[in-house]
Amino acid sequence: MNVADSSPAPAMNNLLASNADSQRTLYPYVTGTSVVGIKYKDGILLAADMGGSYGSTLRYKTVERLKSVGKHSIIGASGEISDFQEIMRYLDELILYDNMWDDGNSLGPKEVHNYLTRVMYNRRNKFNPLWNSLVLGGVKNGQKYLGTVNMIGVHYEDDHVATGFGNHLARPILRDEWHENLTFEEGVKLLEKCMRVLLYRDRSAVNKLQIARITQDGVKVFPPYSLKTFWNFNAFQNPTVGAEGSW
Amino acid sequence: MDGISGDLNAPHSMGTTIIGVTYNGGVVLGADSRTSTGMYVANRASDKITQLTDNVYLCRSGSAADSQIVSDYVRHFLHQHTIQLGQPSTVKVAANLVRLLAYNNKNMLQTGMIVGGWDKYEGGKIYGIPLGGTILEQPFTIGGSGSTYLYGFFDQVWKEGMTQDEAEKLVVKAVSLAIARDGASGGVVRTVTINKDGVTRKFYPGDTLPLWHEELEPKDSMLDMLSSASPEPMGFDAFALLTTSNKQLPAVVLATNHYCVQNAPILLFHSITASGQEIITWDVQLSPY
Repeated sequence: MNVADSSPAPAMNNLLASNADSQRTLYPYVTGTSVVGIKYKDGILLAADMGGSYGSTLRYKTVERLKSVGKHSIIGASGEISDFQEIMRYLDELILYDNMWDDGNSLGPKEVHNYLTRVMYNRRNKFNPLWNSLVLGGVKNGQKYLGTVNMIGVHYEDDHVATGFGNHLARPILRDEWHENLTFEEGVKLLEKCMRVLLYRDRSAVNKLQIARITQDGVKVFPPYSLKTFWNFNAFQNPTVGAEGSW
Repeated sequence: MDGISGDLNAPHSMGTTIIGVTYNGGVVLGADSRTSTGMYVANRASDKITQLTDNVYLCRSGSAADSQIVSDYVRHFLHQHTIQLGQPSTVKVAANLVRLLAYNNKNMLQTGMIVGGWDKYEGGKIYGIPLGGTILEQPFTIGGSGSTYLYGFFDQVWKEGMTQDEAEKLVVKAVSLAIARDGASGGVVRTVTINKDGVTRKFYPGDTLPLWHEELEPKDSMLDMLSSASPEPMGFDAFALLTTSNKQLPAVVLATNHYCVQNAPILLFHSITASGQEIITWDVQLSPY
C-alpha cells in the first residue's frame, strides 16, 4: 500500500510556473474546527462540532468529523474536510487489507496512529500536506490509547488531547478537571464544558456537536445536539454605560 | 500545534452585522455583539451601537479602533454644535460630520458605519456611510461582513411604513440570520429604537432567537437526551406511546430509536395487543435531524 501520490503527465501550458505548484495544497477551503478527546474510566471520549466553514462563512452545519476506524479506534479530524475524506479512504483500505489476512489479529489504535503519522509526515516532506489535525483514540485488550497527529507530522499521546483552538481553550480546563476514573457522565459533562467555551470564543464554531465513545465493547457515535448558552450576565446588558464608544 | 489558532496580535475587528431601518415614526438600529482578534472572540457581548447625541446613534463595523475614534470626534463636535445651536442637532448634521471624517481620512480608516436617529424636522432617518466616505440616505441599510447574507432577505421582505413592532422584529430576525452564517458575527442581538418619545435599548440573548436551517434545540447536556430513554444494552433509546386499543389495534406501541452514523434514524415499532400476546414489528425510515 503506497501513499497516493497523483502525478499526471506534466502540463506544458504555463512553462514559467513550476509544475510542482499545481500539485500541492496551498491553503484549506472547507475546514472543521477543534476536536477534543479524553480518556475516561471505560475508554475514550471524543467531541467535535459539525461545522464546515468556508473562510468566514459557516457554510455546512452537519459535517461528521468523528468516525470509527475498524473495531478498536475512533478518529476526529479538524482542518480541510476533503483531506479528511481522503484519509478515511486510506484508513478504510488499511482496515480492509488487515481483515483480509483473516488471521485473528486486528489493528489497534496505536498502530493506526502510527500509520497516520507516517502518512502525514511523508506528505509534509513532499510539500503537499494533508491539511488536518487528527485525534486518534481507541481501546484494545483493555488498554486505552489517545493520540494526536497534525499536518506537519507532530504526534504524541496523552490523557487528553485537542486540536486547533481546543489546545488553547479546552486543555487548560482539562488540566484542572481531568482525572483517571472519570465516569461516562462526568466525561461527557467535562467535554461539554470545553465545547461550550469553544462555542463562545471560537469564531468558526457551530452550535451542533457530536460525541463519540469507544470502549472495549465497541464504538458509539451519539446523535447530534446543541448546547444551551448563557448570556444573562449583568455586565452584558449595558456594557458601555459611562463609556460611550467603547464596547 | 497547528497554525489555525489565530493571530492574537491581529487588530480588533468587529466582523459584524449592522442594520438600520426606518419605520412609521422613527428608526430601529440593530447589531450583533461579536468582536474578534483573528479567529478568537475577544468580546462576545460587545455593544456596537454607540450614542452620538440624545437622539442620534451610530452603528459601527470594521476596525474597532477606527470606528471608535470617529465616534469620539463626532460626539465631541456634535456636543459643541448642540450648545451653539440651542437645540438638538439633526440626524443629517450628525451623519455629515461622520462623512467628513470618513472621507477626508479615507486612506487610513477602515470602518463602515450607519447613522440613525430622529429629529423634529425630518422624523426618523437612516444614513449609510460605507468605506470611502460616501453618504447615502436610505429607508434601510445593512453593513458589516454579515450583511452579505442579508441582501436577498431584505430584497424580499422590506416594505415602507412598517410599525415599530414589525421593524424591530425584522431587524432581530435579520441579525439572527446573519449570525447563523457569518463566523465574524455572533453573540446577542442588540437593538436601539429612536422616535419622538426617546430612545429604547433592547437585548436579545442567543437562546431567545429562532432556530434556522440545520440548527437544533439547545440542551443542557447530551445526558438529558440519553436519560429520557431507558438504558441501552444494544444502543437503543426507547419510549412508550399509548394508542387507542381495540381487538385489532395494539394497546401499547413501543418505539425505539436507533441512531446509526451512516444511515438516517430508523424507528422500530414493537406493539402488543390488548390481549398481550401478539407482537408486530415494522420500521419507518425518517429523515435525519
